[in-house]
Amino acid sequence: MLIILGMAVVTFMTRFGSFIFFRQTGIPAWLERWLKHVPTAILTSLIVPSLLLPKGEFDLTFGNSYLLAGIVAVFVAYKSRNAMTTLSVSMAAMFLLRWLS
Amino acid sequence: MKRVEQIQVFGTGMERKEFWLAARESAPIIVGAVPFGITCGIMGVASGLKPLETILMSVLVFAGAAQFIGITMLAAGISGWDIVFTTLLINLRHLLIGASLAPHLVRLPLPKQALLAFGMVDESYALTASRIPVAGYNEYYQLGSNTSFYLAWTLSTIAGVYLGGHIPDPLAWGLDFAMPATFIVLLVPRLLDRVSMVVCLVAAVTTVMADLYLPGKWYIIIACLAASIAGGLMEKRGSNNAE
Repeated sequence: MLIILGMAVVTFMTRFGSFIFFRQTGIPAWLERWLKHVPTAILTSLIVPSLLLPKGEFDLTFGNSYLLAGIVAVFVAYKSRNAMTTLSVSMAAMFLLRWLS
Repeated sequence: MKRVEQIQVFGTGMERKEFWLAARESAPIIVGAVPFGITCGIMGVASGLKPLETILMSVLVFAGAAQFIGITMLAAGISGWDIVFTTLLINLRHLLIGASLAPHLVRLPLPKQALLAFGMVDESYALTASRIPVAGYNEYYQLGSNTSFYLAWTLSTIAGVYLGGHIPDPLAWGLDFAMPATFIVLLVPRLLDRVSMVVCLVAAVTTVMADLYLPGKWYIIIACLAASIAGGLMEKRGSNNAE
């Protein structure tokens, strides 16, 4: 139980740390210039492993249904710019690939 | 004057509207997160934690990757401080995403900042940050998204704890694909200019390399640092040329 409390405390520290820090100092312009790119970088970093390394190993084959459905999702997202369309088409692709394999 | 303004904002129902909009937009990612919550509940009990401890971990810590690794380490008999320290390392990425929202959040009163910080996870961060170019930062949007993920995570952990033995492996359904698919929808509109495309490419390559050779979630920190610094530097050079 103590371990769980410890985990809770350090997790909160990492989430709150930046706000406490920048509350005192304000945010310098150079930092803001690169912080602007953090969302793009984080999104990429969250997407890429689940498509290219779904089982923890690099997988660039046609057996990788995550990668194939991901390509479908990128294409539909670019064409439609719509979350529901992209999700339904790419999830359908995912289920189809699962069912075929 | 300020007080009058606040009352007017409250009167329009804007806060509630943003909150529920965020909850609706969180729904697709939640579909992808629930299998992980269920798995977390199953794993906790299977590795010897009491049902209440497993649930409290989700209630108090609320960090998927750190919980999975913490549970695995507990089951392996690793001591408490090592687990706490590993949790700290895994969650260091929150400093980065926190810093990227800080320009908006520092304006809020401290208790509100603390509440929003507690609920800030990768997923709700991604939604909140993607909303900013469309409609500006809104704390009720962030709160709505945080709350949705918090409820989904704790409830699915509870489901995993009590239904554990009775359902097939929740990660075998392929439902977890809903999460990257939603992130793709958020990412694609961001890739309009050359700098963003380079940022995305640098992040992709460093992520794969770091994920292959480093443990835990280090790849997010490294890719994020490398890619955002690359973006910042490119922009600086671009603006110098324009002068």
